[in-house]
Amino acid sequence: MNRYRLIGQRLAALAFITALLLNYPLISLFNADRMILGAPVLHVYLFSVWLTFIGLMAFFIERRE
Amino acid sequence: MNLGLISFVALIYIGALFAIAYYGDREAERGRSLINTPYIYALSLTVYCTAWTFYGSVGRAATSGVDFLPIYLGPTIMAALWWFVLRKIIRISKIQHITSIADFIASRYGKSALLGGLVTAMAVLGVIPYISLQLKAVSYSFTLLWHYPNLALPDLDAIPILRDTGFYVALIMAAFAILFGTRHLDATEHHEGLVLAMAFESIVKLLTFLSVGVFVTFTLFRGTGDLFARAAMQPDLRRLFAFDQTPLAYQNWFWLILLSMFATLLLPRQFQMAVVENVNERHIETATWLFPFYLFVINLFVVPIALAGRLLVAGDVSPDMYVLLLPLERSANWLALLAFVGGISAATGMIIVETVALSTMLTNDLMMPLLLHANAFSASRDLSSFMLNLRRGAILLVVFLGYLFFRLTGKTFSMVSIGLISFAAVVQFAPALLGGIYWKGGTRRGALLGLLSGFLVWAYTLPLPLLAQTAGLGDAFIEAGPWGVSWLRPYALFGLTGYEPITHALFWSLLVNASLYLIGSLWSGESALEHRQAALFVDIFRHVGGSEQVQIWRGEASPLDLQTLMQRFLGRSRAEQLLSEYARTRGVTDWRALETDADMIEEVERQLAGVVGAASARVAVASIVTEEPLDITKVIHMLDETSQVVAYSRQLEQKSRELEAATAELREANRRLQELDRLKDEFISTVTHELRTPLTSIRALTEILYYNPDLPAAQRQQFLDIITKEIARLSRLINDVLDFAKLESKAYDWNLKPVNLKMLISDAFDATRQLFLERNITVRMELPDDAPDALTDNDLLMQVILNLLSNAAKFTTDQVTVRLRQEGDFLRVDVIDNGPGVDPAYRETIFEKFSQVPPPDGIRRQGTGLGLPISRAIITQLGGRIWVEGKPGQGATFSFTLPISPFKPSQETSHATT
Repeated sequence: MNRYRLIGQRLAALAFITALLLNYPLISLFNADRMILGAPVLHVYLFSVWLTFIGLMAFFIERRE
Repeated sequence: MNLGLISFVALIYIGALFAIAYYGDREAERGRSLINTPYIYALSLTVYCTAWTFYGSVGRAATSGVDFLPIYLGPTIMAALWWFVLRKIIRISKIQHITSIADFIASRYGKSALLGGLVTAMAVLGVIPYISLQLKAVSYSFTLLWHYPNLALPDLDAIPILRDTGFYVALIMAAFAILFGTRHLDATEHHEGLVLAMAFESIVKLLTFLSVGVFVTFTLFRGTGDLFARAAMQPDLRRLFAFDQTPLAYQNWFWLILLSMFATLLLPRQFQMAVVENVNERHIETATWLFPFYLFVINLFVVPIALAGRLLVAGDVSPDMYVLLLPLERSANWLALLAFVGGISAATGMIIVETVALSTMLTNDLMMPLLLHANAFSASRDLSSFMLNLRRGAILLVVFLGYLFFRLTGKTFSMVSIGLISFAAVVQFAPALLGGIYWKGGTRRGALLGLLSGFLVWAYTLPLPLLAQTAGLGDAFIEAGPWGVSWLRPYALFGLTGYEPITHALFWSLLVNASLYLIGSLWSGESALEHRQAALFVDIFRHVGGSEQVQIWRGEASPLDLQTLMQRFLGRSRAEQLLSEYARTRGVTDWRALETDADMIEEVERQLAGVVGAASARVAVASIVTEEPLDITKVIHMLDETSQVVAYSRQLEQKSRELEAATAELREANRRLQELDRLKDEFISTVTHELRTPLTSIRALTEILYYNPDLPAAQRQQFLDIITKEIARLSRLINDVLDFAKLESKAYDWNLKPVNLKMLISDAFDATRQLFLERNITVRMELPDDAPDALTDNDLLMQVILNLLSNAAKFTTDQVTVRLRQEGDFLRVDVIDNGPGVDPAYRETIFEKFSQVPPPDGIRRQGTGLGLPISRAIITQLGGRIWVEGKPGQGATFSFTLPISPFKPSQETSHATT
């Protein structure tokens, strides 16, 4: 079950990176009173990181080799 | 709004829920599983989203911005780790027949009833407020809908219980949980209907919340841009767009993510759905991304609804209720009703699953061990229906504890704060559980110390100050500390200030919990059972199917005892069925014929564990099995041997077997080499000996000639004659040796052809005719004309026949017969003389090199001694046989055979030589 382990490790790496992206200090770069795309920059940042993370997970898992 | 309408809609919805659950169970009974798909599994996991998500997130966002998000970001990150962690937990639970998180932890640490009871107590105390929060949400939303536009809610204390919606919701939920959560006695069996209903609730709460979100964002405003722009104009709303730029705010954020990460795994209802109700391990794969995606979607409109509420809803009303109020404000009553149904779905889902999970824990890990320890049952009593009723009772107990808590404290707290307190309670399980599946060193004592200390710190820093406030003595307690001891202030323990209460409590409780778990584990021994369970849990993927388990039971019990025991808990027919199934796996038709061994006791215990929990099952089995004391070192020894050393030693055995074989081959080869070496030495010494004899005589004669030049001519002539003969003999000898060496080394260039033997023998006789004539010997040839050809080498065979003929001429008295005939696939040639014959003792030796066979009397040794060995070598290599027969004194018969040529006879080839 080599592929299984590989996916698991990719997911773990992804989780680690995302955990960093969603915490101090990186998050402080976006914690500002600014607007982007009609919404506060912090909200846009958090939701985009979140969605990207989910998308990558789905990509890793559902891609059939 | 009309009370009848609201009640009607709510009842219709709940009726649909019952119908779906019923349908799911009925299909399952017919053998069609509706929940066996990863999508239902992922949806059922979103029981994580409760009324707290549905109402509370908006409330939290309306007061503190993105602060509500960590509770959903944490699970998202955790989902990525499910791949390893959850899969392992599920695998362990399936093999060990684990029914709840309390069972899991108890089972890991030596099936400790004490530990199971502690975890159960912690879970119940920690989660009851969370259940009360759901009841509060339903009750509150119902009242709001009913009394709108009157926002002043009636005092809860003034409503009699029988007129409180929360009470009826509690009742109905208890009924649902009893109906669909206690269908089977075996708690490891799936509650198909229940899971299906939960998946349905998940869809309802998502769609209703999205409807409100879309309505608010696109009907009340012109999209999110418009909404944010209008909110940005109000300073106190603009403040919500970012959070405080202080280190403490970031730390709070971090701790909330961590908290919710673990809560996704450790909340009893999540454990129930993710582990106990899991049908197929592979469902994790899809759920890993689908579950976070659900969280993402349901949170998309939280901030818009919160901001819209702040902008549009006037009056002093809890922001938790914006989801209902915004549609009501715009007279979209149908949408408000829809939102109300969504709220019910979020709340009821949580109540049902949490109640089922907690009731299983209460009965299996708290009540049954106590009752069994107290020997409360007569040995013969059938406990299966008692067990079911006990579980039903536990459901009622949990639901009404929740309701009671709501009645006592309902007015005081916001949803999110209560929810977080429950999260913090269950997170205390993290060190014992995660440590338990990845670290074999964790012990029962360590787990007990960690859990108990963590729980006490949690109780002191979170619920206690809240309860004190409710009781009216909070402020002094919180501000000054108990008895004025300032370092004991529950929100600033040891003077640690600045954190939010939840972060503060998490920090201290997890610190103490994890430290004591480690210290307790490292400074305490473990029992044999603990050691085994630790190995089973941590190495679950190595013990495939649990088949390599080391048996802990060393006791004795009769099959009938075991059957009686199972019957008490499982009922007669089920016990019979399980035992028969087990007997079949052992290759026996009737279980009564089984020898009760450790494996059978183990199996009975596993089956019971599914019904009464690991700890109770152990107590129950121990009551009938007389257990022999087991030496811990012995068990550790056995364990190590089974899990690792056995595999290793198997490899070693294999290796040593191979080595042995190789050694034997080598020894044989060596023996052959030594033999050959000996033969070679022998050969050389014989050859040199044979060479020396003619040389000696040549040398002697030449010396005589040299020193006596005046020797008479006749004698000189005689000497020279002998010298010439000896030299001829020498060269013959050397030729023979060379031939022989060639034959022996198989370097000879064979030239196989069909040969007519009659021709060959005639030619050979012609060549030796002179010998026979000299001694006046009669030669008879019996050579049939129709003899087939032999497949052979003409020259070599000629050599053999010449050799035999000259031998015969040498040894015979007066007659020699040569006979050729066919024998099966072979041609046979006999050369018969009437000489002295061969002593039977030498019949083999004469074919050996330089055999020291004494020549028959009166015959001088003339040959090289290599003739017969060369003949044998040639005949053997040509595929035939050569031997000698005849009685001593009556002549000798030398015979050899050769294979017949498969080719057609051809005349000319046999003429090749003379």
